Amino acid sequence: MSFMDFLNFHIVPGVVLGSIYAVGAIGITLVFGILRFSHFAHGDMATLGAFVALALVTAGLTPWAALPIAMAAVAVVAIVVDKLFYDYLKARPKIMTVMASLGVALMLRAVVQVVFGVDPRTYASGIVRPDEYFGILLRDRELYTLAAVVAIVIGLTLFLRHSRWGKAMRAMSDNPDLARLSGVDNRKVTMLTWAIVGALCAASGFMLGINNELHSMMGWQVLLPMFAAAILGGVGRVEGAVLGGLIVGIAEELSIFILPAQYKAATAFALLLLILLVRPRGLLNGKVL
Amino acid sequence: MDLLGLANYAVFMAILIGIYALLALGLNIQWGFTGLFNAGIAGFFAVGAYTSAILTSLPATGRLGGYELPLVVGWLAAMAAAALIAWPIGKICLRFRSDYLAIATIGIAEIIRLVIRTEGWLTGGVRGVTGVPRPFGDLDYMPSQIAYLAIVATLVLIAYLLVERQVKAPWGRMMRAIRDNELAAAAMGKQVEARRLQAFVFGSALMGLAGALFVHFNRSITPEAIDPMIATFLIWIMLILGGSGNNRGAILGAAVIWIIWSVSELLTDRLPTEVAVQAKYARVFIIGLTLQLVLRFRPEGILPERQAGSPPHR
Repeated sequence: MSFMDFLNFHIVPGVVLGSIYAVGAIGITLVFGILRFSHFAHGDMATLGAFVALALVTAGLTPWAALPIAMAAVAVVAIVVDKLFYDYLKARPKIMTVMASLGVALMLRAVVQVVFGVDPRTYASGIVRPDEYFGILLRDRELYTLAAVVAIVIGLTLFLRHSRWGKAMRAMSDNPDLARLSGVDNRKVTMLTWAIVGALCAASGFMLGINNELHSMMGWQVLLPMFAAAILGGVGRVEGAVLGGLIVGIAEELSIFILPAQYKAATAFALLLLILLVRPRGLLNGKVL
Repeated sequence: MDLLGLANYAVFMAILIGIYALLALGLNIQWGFTGLFNAGIAGFFAVGAYTSAILTSLPATGRLGGYELPLVVGWLAAMAAAALIAWPIGKICLRFRSDYLAIATIGIAEIIRLVIRTEGWLTGGVRGVTGVPRPFGDLDYMPSQIAYLAIVATLVLIAYLLVERQVKAPWGRMMRAIRDNELAAAAMGKQVEARRLQAFVFGSALMGLAGALFVHFNRSITPEAIDPMIATFLIWIMLILGGSGNNRGAILGAAVIWIIWSVSELLTDRLPTEVAVQAKYARVFIIGLTLQLVLRFRPEGILPERQAGSPPHR
């Protein structure tokens, strides 16, 4: 196998998959860091986003035009879910919220299954041939996916670094009591966090769907790689989530050299255990809850 | 349905309730007394089921098995296998908050599912393991069911008595202390990690035993027999609704939830086929919602945990 083939058949799909994981992992790391619990409904929220976009595409929109609307819709869903199912648990041990989120995962998936059925769907049918860029083969949708992920990461980083509300989010992540004493409204920051997390979920679900297909279990199946990515990079660190996502994505694509292809999904789990064993704070020194 | 059919159905249900009660007791050791979040119950259940099935089943071509070992060996091996899988996971994850254990158990359940589907030489792949013997299986239908019910009920009773005894012993007080205030317990010189690992391994072993009882009851098992998420989730609701931290609550919860779940299945099966599929998923929605309602309005469950030295509260 030539180097270019290796790049085209293993690294490129790994980077595309990894950048989708990264978008999901950013959401997980934000909830983990700011609200301090692991959000198990994350994957199924992504599924919901993918199917909301599908409904819009069926109504006549182009997929990439449907994306922002789906992101907005799931942002609203995330805020409502928080108000209904998570908010009242905040004085109780955080593990109760984790449990509630597992219930929400089941509920969101059931909604998708009742409304859209359980058969695999796609946004657009037909085979797309990749174009060549300096020897690297990329399909349009992969190019757009990478561009969208870069835009999301840059936008979010700028927002967290420089805007007033972004700083408030980081303050709450560092120390919620101190943040409240300094006049940060925890309730509003929580709402804002859920809006961002919901939008990120929708984006990751949509990108999974457009690069492959949509089905009701798609989100649940990527939950573990996304968690592995968030912990690998360091909980609470956005750039860590991106790094972790890319590592998990590429590792999954490369795993076929050492593992039978059916065990691709086990790669993320192995990475997760490895990082917990040797460096639980993650590569970029995040939090350990 | 005639009277005999009804009685048959009742015994059938009672056996399954017994198996679920064992699972709920296992989870109670982990969650109720120790505060460990096991989100991969179905995985430990499956390991137990397949271990006992492979060791005791009739010979078959194309997969391991046919050792025809005695049932008791199969059941003990089922417990040992589940415990053996729990041990390294607990060893790595129990240093951290229970979230990490939850993630890892979701992962291990997923991997167990992959192994069962892929490794045909071990588990028969999608065809599964058949020809699993059943104690008193050569009796007539009804006596055989009743005999099996007696076995399951005895095992549930033994498990209940043992767990209850353990919980009332100093060990139980120590576990609750670790659950309620880890730092204080550690400051008193309790070995938090090692004790948690104990509870996690014991609970998983009980789940493995439940799996073994299930496979001998069914006489066969396929990968489709257990939907990991729904099975795991049902057991969580059984424990939370029944009352986590209370063994009687765990058993009561298993009975209540299993009856509701099966009766709702009977009802949705009568619907016309075009809505039946949707109704199936609507049921899943409702169990998710049930958990939220219990967490919100009765988090202590039907039978709350008894506080030592005080009458049952609330």
